[in-house]
Amino acid sequence: MSDTTPLLDVSGLTKHFPIKGGFPIRRTVGAVQAVDGLDFQVAEGESLGLVGESGCGKSTTGRLITRLLEPTAGTITYRGQDISHANRKELAPIRSEIQMIFQDPYASLNPRHTVGKIISGPMEINGINPPGGREKRVRELLEIVGLNPEHYNRFPHEFSGGQRQRIGVARALALEPKLIVADEPVSALDVSIQAQVVNLLQKVQRELGIAFVFIAHDLAIVRHFSQRVAVMYLGKIVEIGDREDLYDNPRHPYTRALLSAVPEATVDEEPRERIRLTGDVPSPINPPSGCRFRTRCWKATEKCATEAPPLVQAEGNKPGHLTACHYPETEPTIPAPRLSKDPEAAA
Amino acid sequence: MLRFLVRRLLGAVVTLLIISAVTYMLFYAVPRDPSRIACGKVCTPETLDVIRHNMGISDPLPVQYWHWLEAIFVGRDYPGFGHCDAPCLGYSFINREPVLATVWDRFPTTASLAIGSAVVFLIFGIGTGMLAAVKQGKPLDKIASSASLVASSMQIYFVGPVALYLLVYQSHLLDQPSYTPFSENPGAWFTGLLVPWLVLALIWTANYTRMTRSQLVETLTEDYVRTARAKGMSRRNVFFRFAWRGAMGPIVTIFGIDMGVLLGGAMITEKTFSLQGIGLLAVKSVINNDLPMLLGVMIITASFVVIANIVVDACYAMIDPRIRLA
Amino acid sequence: MTSTDSQPFLSVKDLKVHFSTEDGVVKAVDGLSFDLVRGKTLGIVGESGSGKSVTNLAILGLHNPDSTAIDGSIELDGEELNGAPEKRLEHLRGNKMAMIFQDALASLSPYHTIGTQIGEVYRKHTGASKAESRARAIEMLKRVGIPQPDRRVDSYPHEFSGGMRQRAMIAMALVCDPELLIADEPTTALDVTVQAQIMDLLKDLQREFGTAIIFITHDLGVIADIADDVLVMYGGRCVERGPKAEVLRTPQHPYTFGLLGSMPSLDGPVDVPLNPIPGSPPSLLNPPTGCRFHPRCAFAEKVPDGRCAKERPLLEIVDGRGSACHLTDEQRREYLTDTAAKAH
Repeated sequence: MSDTTPLLDVSGLTKHFPIKGGFPIRRTVGAVQAVDGLDFQVAEGESLGLVGESGCGKSTTGRLITRLLEPTAGTITYRGQDISHANRKELAPIRSEIQMIFQDPYASLNPRHTVGKIISGPMEINGINPPGGREKRVRELLEIVGLNPEHYNRFPHEFSGGQRQRIGVARALALEPKLIVADEPVSALDVSIQAQVVNLLQKVQRELGIAFVFIAHDLAIVRHFSQRVAVMYLGKIVEIGDREDLYDNPRHPYTRALLSAVPEATVDEEPRERIRLTGDVPSPINPPSGCRFRTRCWKATEKCATEAPPLVQAEGNKPGHLTACHYPETEPTIPAPRLSKDPEAAA
Repeated sequence: MLRFLVRRLLGAVVTLLIISAVTYMLFYAVPRDPSRIACGKVCTPETLDVIRHNMGISDPLPVQYWHWLEAIFVGRDYPGFGHCDAPCLGYSFINREPVLATVWDRFPTTASLAIGSAVVFLIFGIGTGMLAAVKQGKPLDKIASSASLVASSMQIYFVGPVALYLLVYQSHLLDQPSYTPFSENPGAWFTGLLVPWLVLALIWTANYTRMTRSQLVETLTEDYVRTARAKGMSRRNVFFRFAWRGAMGPIVTIFGIDMGVLLGGAMITEKTFSLQGIGLLAVKSVINNDLPMLLGVMIITASFVVIANIVVDACYAMIDPRIRLA
Repeated sequence: MTSTDSQPFLSVKDLKVHFSTEDGVVKAVDGLSFDLVRGKTLGIVGESGSGKSVTNLAILGLHNPDSTAIDGSIELDGEELNGAPEKRLEHLRGNKMAMIFQDALASLSPYHTIGTQIGEVYRKHTGASKAESRARAIEMLKRVGIPQPDRRVDSYPHEFSGGMRQRAMIAMALVCDPELLIADEPTTALDVTVQAQIMDLLKDLQREFGTAIIFITHDLGVIADIADDVLVMYGGRCVERGPKAEVLRTPQHPYTFGLLGSMPSLDGPVDVPLNPIPGSPPSLLNPPTGCRFHPRCAFAEKVPDGRCAKERPLLEIVDGRGSACHLTDEQRREYLTDTAAKAH
């Protein structure tokens, strides 16, 4: 394998969940287009952030990459191997290399198992016997994630939320993965604890060289943790790029609106100008034609309704900074608020 | 709604077909030949053949089953005793009585028993459960909870005779259980069934008390109940308009299913109080190897359960707007 | 208005809310005081278990009296609420004081239409007819920006999107023009763009009606956007209070300071680790002695004689600004600004 092959290569990734209905015999009458044609790569040791609002498909994407779901179309290539439709047997060796960390540290740990059993679980399932035995490895892992190795025999309920998330991280690390998909790993935690876990994940990423797909709705945390960021809207990537390019020079109107809506804990002399989006995200069952953001976009024209903008390097973008918009933003800073007065008129 | 009903009724027909087919097959898994019993001590192979033919059991099993099904829709000719009109469930092997008529004959007894006791256990069960939920953690709640635990661990074959002994034979407070049709004499209908109602209801009351209490205790902690209080609604209003509304769904569900079961006959109760209901008929037909009767009882009681389920789902949708019937 | 703007409209003094549980007494709120004037917004910040929600349920009198002991004084417009008769509180709730909850889906009854739920508050408190309260519900839905209010009034909460549900909840809280609005994490469950819409709406409504707002959140960013004053709670006590700009620019308490250090910003440095607060929030069953923050405090050892572990620091408020900490002003200037400089 050459160095240029990315660790993970996703191309045209699509997942449609069928909707059953009809009468008198039930059949598929439509589909929730949760994810619709994603293209992105993750290099070894790199962290890619996936951001977007609820229902944009970021969690579904995480489940597709870990193959907890099977894609409807498109390919997922992991280290040159197509795993899009791999069966259980073919997936077994890959499962140990791609691990997942979940949002809810309460629900994702079996309350009847000790921490030792939880963390050694993946090793047992994959029949891995590390030198020195599994227990020694578990104690090492506890140490890495900042827990007391003496707590080997304790149960999850004896830990706080932040500590439980550390257990989740230790379990994900047990098989020395190459890629961790972290789905909202800190959003259930208190602010002071969030920072502890973010720091831990950053340490893991740097010191162990593990690549991350970091799924979150908190734009500041994603920026802090991920070198590259993809912004999703209604199942599509609208913009992707290095974090500096994306956050300092957002070209897609949605990225811009999203960034301007984040409340920051600073008191400016002059209040920050904001773009206010009106209305709600449309239904993924029947997404708008052309550009999916057009119904809430203040720049939308006829062209946006008829032609879906491709994800390309817009004029003025740095290499690797791709934007899917017919009319990318040009001003370098966030402009004065431009409200679309009548959301119906745009549609 | 119409779509829902049509779809569910179709499903019900399939369920009933499966139940009847399975019953048919199981019956023949038992190594007893009803024709032999009918044939008596002096039985020549020729007589046996005739009997088998008359009983309709000389054909291969699937053909037999088909004939049985066919009879329900178009009727059937029985060699020996004539035509049976649709819907025909055949004749008893034992006493040659038509199955459907026999079951219908006994239905009022079972229905009276079921409905009467349901009225009693709903009133007392839900009432006590509500009180216990309101007085949560207080002495009244504890008494109600432990009493219902004791009551629900009781068995009818124990409580029934004890109640008979104490209330009827010893003290003559209540009448000896018997069934008089309501249309004949409502007073006698009532007094004759009072003891069975109370006994049957005692055990069910306990279940409903516990269920009502736990449902209410759960809904009282719901956020929307807190919101209602924050709006200035009084405790009473919040209890009946919000908490009770939430608790009602599960109670209606269980009640519907219980009703379906009760309408299918309460065997032990009927036996204890010598009431000639569907439950006893089922027991007798099993003991007597009376396939047509057994199948008839099975199909009719199963229909009650299936219909009760459909009614429950429809009710649930009315109570909870989040449920969509499809 | 009965009182002048300078007089506090809501005044909470030495509030204590203690729950008796099987394991012992949980001191959820332990001596909290604050004032709020009309037309202003007080942001209460704190993590889970800090007592911020408990405080506000106590103001509305919504705690179960059988298991809760409430001590201290809660005065609304000169009227003592702690110990007031239930009938009186029922009259005030939804009328003079109203509350918005975090999870609008769970907090709205799934069994009644939005219109019914809004209208019944209005009927209860004004004695309006069914038709009048329905018309009022439609008017309120329109006011909070729900499209086609005359149609949506007959919808059930599950038929609304998250943002619309929160709008409906705001409409329900404001239907009787309350003078005090308590918003308990009203935007936490929402996406940022929707959160921004809801906060704009609350600000507009406040400007229009002069409502006093208590805004509870764990997010200092939200505080920066909406609050006038900030009250930081930790372990059932107030650790710092002051005007928003001062608290966010020059925090006085190490906990506030730690919270700010825990939050990444949209333009801060990315290659340095965040500055989290070590450890976890305290158990209120057996809270730490002295300052409840001292086991997690990086500066506790700078205070001589282990005072932080022994002695509860007093909250001294001068001109609406102050903190409960044993550090001297000089130490605070030295340590807190030093570390801040390192981080940036």
